[in-house]
Amino acid sequence: MQEGSVAFQTLGNGYVSPIAFYLWLIPALPILAAGVIALLKRPRRKTASALAIGSLAFSLLLSLAAFVHVISEPILRSATAIVQANATGVLRETVNFTWLQFGTTNVDLGWVLDPLSAVMLVMVSFVGLLIFIYSVGYMEHDENFTRFFCFLSLFAGAMLGVVISNSLLLLFMCWELVGLTSYLLIGFWYQKPAAAAAAKKAFLTTRIGDVFFLLGIVWLFAQTGTLLFYNNGAGSIESGALSSLLAQHAALGLSAAGAIGLLIFAGAAGKSGQFPLHVWLPDAMEGPTPVSALIHAATMVAAGVYLIARVYPLMHAGALAGGTTSALTVVTWVGAFTAVFAALIAVAQNDIKRILAYSTVSQLGYMMAGLGMGGVAVGMFHLITHAFFKALLFMGAGSVIHGCHDEQDIRRMGGLKSDMPLTFLTYAVGMLALCGFPLFFSGFWSKDGILDAASHWSVARTPFYMLVFGTLLTAFYMTRQVTYVFFGHWRGKKPAHESPWVMTAPLAILAFFAMALGAVGTPLWPWFKAFLESEKLTVNLHAFAEPGLVALMATSTLVVFLGLGLGGWLYGGKIQKPEQTDALEKTVPPIWKLLQSRFYMDEFYGVTVIAFYWLLARVSDWLDRRVWGGLVALVAWAFRVWAHLNRFLDTNVVDGSFDKGCEELGVGGGLLARVQTGRVQTYLRILALAVVALAAILIWSSRA
Amino acid sequence: MTPLTGFLMVAALVFAIGLAGALTRRNAILVLIGIELMLNAANLNLIAFWRYGPHPEALTGMMFAIFSIAVAAAEAAVGLGLVIQIYRHAHTTDLDQMNRMKG
Repeated sequence: MQEGSVAFQTLGNGYVSPIAFYLWLIPALPILAAGVIALLKRPRRKTASALAIGSLAFSLLLSLAAFVHVISEPILRSATAIVQANATGVLRETVNFTWLQFGTTNVDLGWVLDPLSAVMLVMVSFVGLLIFIYSVGYMEHDENFTRFFCFLSLFAGAMLGVVISNSLLLLFMCWELVGLTSYLLIGFWYQKPAAAAAAKKAFLTTRIGDVFFLLGIVWLFAQTGTLLFYNNGAGSIESGALSSLLAQHAALGLSAAGAIGLLIFAGAAGKSGQFPLHVWLPDAMEGPTPVSALIHAATMVAAGVYLIARVYPLMHAGALAGGTTSALTVVTWVGAFTAVFAALIAVAQNDIKRILAYSTVSQLGYMMAGLGMGGVAVGMFHLITHAFFKALLFMGAGSVIHGCHDEQDIRRMGGLKSDMPLTFLTYAVGMLALCGFPLFFSGFWSKDGILDAASHWSVARTPFYMLVFGTLLTAFYMTRQVTYVFFGHWRGKKPAHESPWVMTAPLAILAFFAMALGAVGTPLWPWFKAFLESEKLTVNLHAFAEPGLVALMATSTLVVFLGLGLGGWLYGGKIQKPEQTDALEKTVPPIWKLLQSRFYMDEFYGVTVIAFYWLLARVSDWLDRRVWGGLVALVAWAFRVWAHLNRFLDTNVVDGSFDKGCEELGVGGGLLARVQTGRVQTYLRILALAVVALAAILIWSSRA
Repeated sequence: MTPLTGFLMVAALVFAIGLAGALTRRNAILVLIGIELMLNAANLNLIAFWRYGPHPEALTGMMFAIFSIAVAAAEAAVGLGLVIQIYRHAHTTDLDQMNRMKG
């Protein structure tokens, strides 16, 4: 690579396809649109939304082109008999360039087109586009409509940037941009104190993870000298760098690869709301609902999972055949714990969006566990399906909130089945997909993939049981929510109304995908896995004959029905008044209290971390006022004394002597003036006297 | 005593008389007369130094004296002219009263 110039390279046959070369346009377009919208005046609502939607639609087209390219390339290659120079067999095109150069060290950035980024690109831009369209309806009455679309567009661009990055540094930049826009969007209604506080909380909590992430990046750069993922074998997560990383030993029996992987996972945990950094996500529901759908269901929270999938070779480095690594074990345990933990909390919430938020945390736990136990394909498949059905659920919830005149408490809803039939239908699809209702819903297949991986995990069986329990809880709390919202009779004040078509149309499209997407990842036809790993796709009729798989599917089906039944039995037809105590509360009050208080996590952080910082702030304040302030005051006082001394010297010594000198000069001048009489004869007399004196001196001196 | 000393003594005497007249007299005319006396003392010196000098054959001293007399005549004319103008203007020739240029 030459200095300052842009060099392009690929893995494979040394040729960059045009679509890979222009891949940067995909994030650049929405960011550009955001810049233009930022300059628009507030009433230019149509222009703003048109720009945002148009740019993202164009990004979606490019993403689709990239996706089709990635699908068709292997077929074309085998057809034209180009030799597969790529050792791993994964189609991957990268465009790298040097960004900075200091000394002999290059900092390279770049982007990558491979199945992983292609599928993410399509998902993000597609779901994002639907949410943009939906926002036009949802934010119709908001006076800051243009600002909203500016932020949305910037967010979409940043997220797409995360997806295409081939450099950990570029990824981190976009990652932080995503964090910033999420802050701006959560705090969009900053007049509400709760929203402003939630925005701050989200920003700070994710920042904790990001500090570790940055440490990991710096460490990786120090060890390998590059932050590119793929660079013709010289990238930081390719085999050369990995083997050197494995040789280094960090603390606690971890290799450098494992330790760096864990640091990166800390960053991912912050963004993806994994325990113990999950606390910001439910609070982030203070933002507008499209934001919740975009950021907290489909894209931003998925960024953490995507990051782990991207650096999976690093996490997986050093694993024995069929084995796992300590980094992946940590990922699995954290994921599995989060899955159950958040699902438990979701059971006892009353805010429609908060339930979905905890559900999201829980599902992200599933994805992490899937990555940890089953690899990229398992985790990513759940990510994609979840993005669709969770965005659907959030937008459905938004439609419900919109229809119920900004009511979010599920106890004051009810009977919306007949008032909002379209919303109900699509919501039911999303709910069944989330629960993992058998066969026709995508959630079933992706969740079963994770459960299948968990049942084969070599380290422990516990995560499997945890995840199965999580499935039960998921089915239960979703049944509870749907029963509260859509069944029974209306318990609110003003009657509800169905939302406009700009809101329901995206719902319908998402509902279709929430069902159809499952088809690409069944054990029978594992297209998704084959696509991500570029393996040969085979229709595996014997998949169901494998021992355990059918049993597993039966178990999961049973558990789902159990959850649905339990929910229906506890809540079905029994909710009369909003003030009524919850059915579960009647059964087990202490547990209900614990769950409703979210295991007192916020309170726990309040008395530990926040109390500590508060104390630190107080001490710093005291130090500032007393010690540093005192020092400054002392210095100021010393200078004041010095100044007084100077003034004394000035008035009495300097000025005094000067004045005296002037006076003397005046007197002297007066004396001399008296000689100037104006009489010529006087002058001449003096002159004559002087001549006589001069002559006397001359005579006297010549004589001597 | 050489003849030169005698000349010089006479010239000094005349110069002293002229100086005394120029310094003490109030009348502008008399002051001018004193100045003329001093000039002629100087002319006497020029002639004496020439006559008893190393080259009496060259007429240098004579030339100096004639120049000096010519200049003195011109000066006397200008001086008398001024005095007449002042007298017409101030109706006096008293020098002590002519102090209007005093700073």
